[in-house]
Amino acid sequence: MKKGNLFLYIGGAISAIMSFLIILGYFWTPYSPTAMNVGAKFQAPSLEHLMGTDNFGRDIFSRVIDGAGTTFFIAVSVVAIGCALGILIGSLCGYYGGLPDIILTRICDSITAFPSFLLALVIISIMGSGKYNIIFALGILFIPSFARIVRSEFARYRDLNYIKSARLMGAGSFRIMFRHILPNTFPVLLSAITIGFNNAVLSEASMSFLSIGIQPPDASLGSMLSDSQIYLGSAPWYALGTGAVIILLILGFSLLSEGLQRMSKNG
Amino acid sequence: MADMLNVKDLKVHFHNAPEEKFAVNGVSFSVKEGEILGLVGESGSGKTVTAMSISGLLPKNRADFFGSITLDGSEIFQCSEKEILSILGDKLGIVFQEPMTSMNPVMRIGPQIEEALRVHTNLSKDERRQRALEAMAQAELGEPEKVYKKYPHELSGGMLQRAMIAAAIISRPKLLLADEPTTALDVTIQAEILSLLRRLNMEHNMAILLISHDLHVVRRLCSRVAVMQQGKIVEEGLVEDIFKNPQHPYTKKLLDAIPTRDRKLI
Ligand SMILES: Nc1ncnc2c1ncn2[C@@H]1O[C@H](COP(=O)(O)OP(=O)(O)OP(=O)(O)O)[C@@H](O)[C@H]1O
Ligand SMILES: [Mg+2]
Repeated sequence: MKKGNLFLYIGGAISAIMSFLIILGYFWTPYSPTAMNVGAKFQAPSLEHLMGTDNFGRDIFSRVIDGAGTTFFIAVSVVAIGCALGILIGSLCGYYGGLPDIILTRICDSITAFPSFLLALVIISIMGSGKYNIIFALGILFIPSFARIVRSEFARYRDLNYIKSARLMGAGSFRIMFRHILPNTFPVLLSAITIGFNNAVLSEASMSFLSIGIQPPDASLGSMLSDSQIYLGSAPWYALGTGAVIILLILGFSLLSEGLQRMSKNG
Repeated sequence: MADMLNVKDLKVHFHNAPEEKFAVNGVSFSVKEGEILGLVGESGSGKTVTAMSISGLLPKNRADFFGSITLDGSEIFQCSEKEILSILGDKLGIVFQEPMTSMNPVMRIGPQIEEALRVHTNLSKDERRQRALEAMAQAELGEPEKVYKKYPHELSGGMLQRAMIAAAIISRPKLLLADEPTTALDVTIQAEILSLLRRLNMEHNMAILLISHDLHVVRRLCSRVAVMQQGKIVEEGLVEDIFKNPQHPYTKKLLDAIPTRDRKLI
């Protein structure tokens, strides 16, 4: 119990700080993320530049916050698409069963059978890269994992006594699914969302790292990490700062989800 | 008096059961307006399947149904799902055997009691709440205001069963199906729930189909009783007649299960 709270507190604190910085970054950063200053390139971290400066003399901290904002936006959108459509498909399949359920489950299985990265590559190469195409590609790929979880939950709840008694009071199928069953799946859904968020952050970062994701002048954590590797010797703080933000982003949400799960288990 | 419920030659066959085994095999009975009819029989005799058939919600893809069920003029087997849902919770209230699992753990008691009103009426939030508190008071649920805000795990089995009864009677149904409403409860609570049902019947002229495997329970409440065995009704009549002079050997067996001291009390 105490330990669960520790997960919750630490994860909550990290996530809160990261979210605060990211949201702040949409309005204000210490320096303009794109302002170059040739006189001040490759400066080591100092009070003036918390994470130093890059090859153009741009403030890395400002750029990281800005890039994290892009990554965060993509991850949240991907999870939102995957979760919303996953809930829709999973609830219908789990609740009604039958042939549509079998067909949709097979489709989901075959999507997950491919390495998702490869599929994203295919979609990107057809549609072209760019922020919204990445969101679309990853969003589609994230549907099956949510759909599968929601489906098994709905199939389980469908026959429970209290769901039957709601039906016996005249509640229609739509009401049963979304008012009576869905709230029961929130704990499971919550951990799926945090895991999904982390996967989305990593997928976006890897795609941008391989420069099939975000294209300049946009910057994301992945594309910055990719830029930074050239200067690993001369300006290691570039890669370290960017990497640290990715790690903190993921660590914070993982701990938060673990803490929430433990809390809900302990009642 | 007119029939509130009329079941005629009801047969139910589950697809996964052997060809010749009917869970309910030609059952006919009727419940008049404001009457309490007892339906007794041992475990597996088909009581719950009969009740679920009346509710019209047994999945048609898992069982075949024959015969007819008329509820307050509506022919259940002829109704669309929409028509059935409009009857459930409105004209027909249902209470189950298992109070502990009949309430949604993530919803508060109050809104669950109001469910039928939400589905069937356009009452405002406050009006629904008022009706819920009334129904809870009628179901003799102590401190309705407090219980309204609680979650199911905070209530005892007896309180939950009262909450289920409140939910079933909130839209003042003409017929209440009570499927072993007291089996999961201890003896004192059982007696209280039974007298509650009798009061609801007398004060609101609500007809009740009381299902039980316990003739003792039925005798306390019903004037008429039907005895069910292996999907068939083997004996039907006034409770006193059946207690004094049981015709069918199965009824005699059921009576023998009741301690003799009790039987002399009649
Ligand atoms: N979903 C189902 N699928 C197949 N058979 C079923 C199903 N539900 C009930 N049955 C069968 O129907 C018969 C009657 O069951 P029912 O539940 O109506 O008995 P009951 O009289 O209510 O017994 P109890 O006192 O234990 O509640 C049983 O033989 C049972 O095996
Ligand atoms: Mg039963």
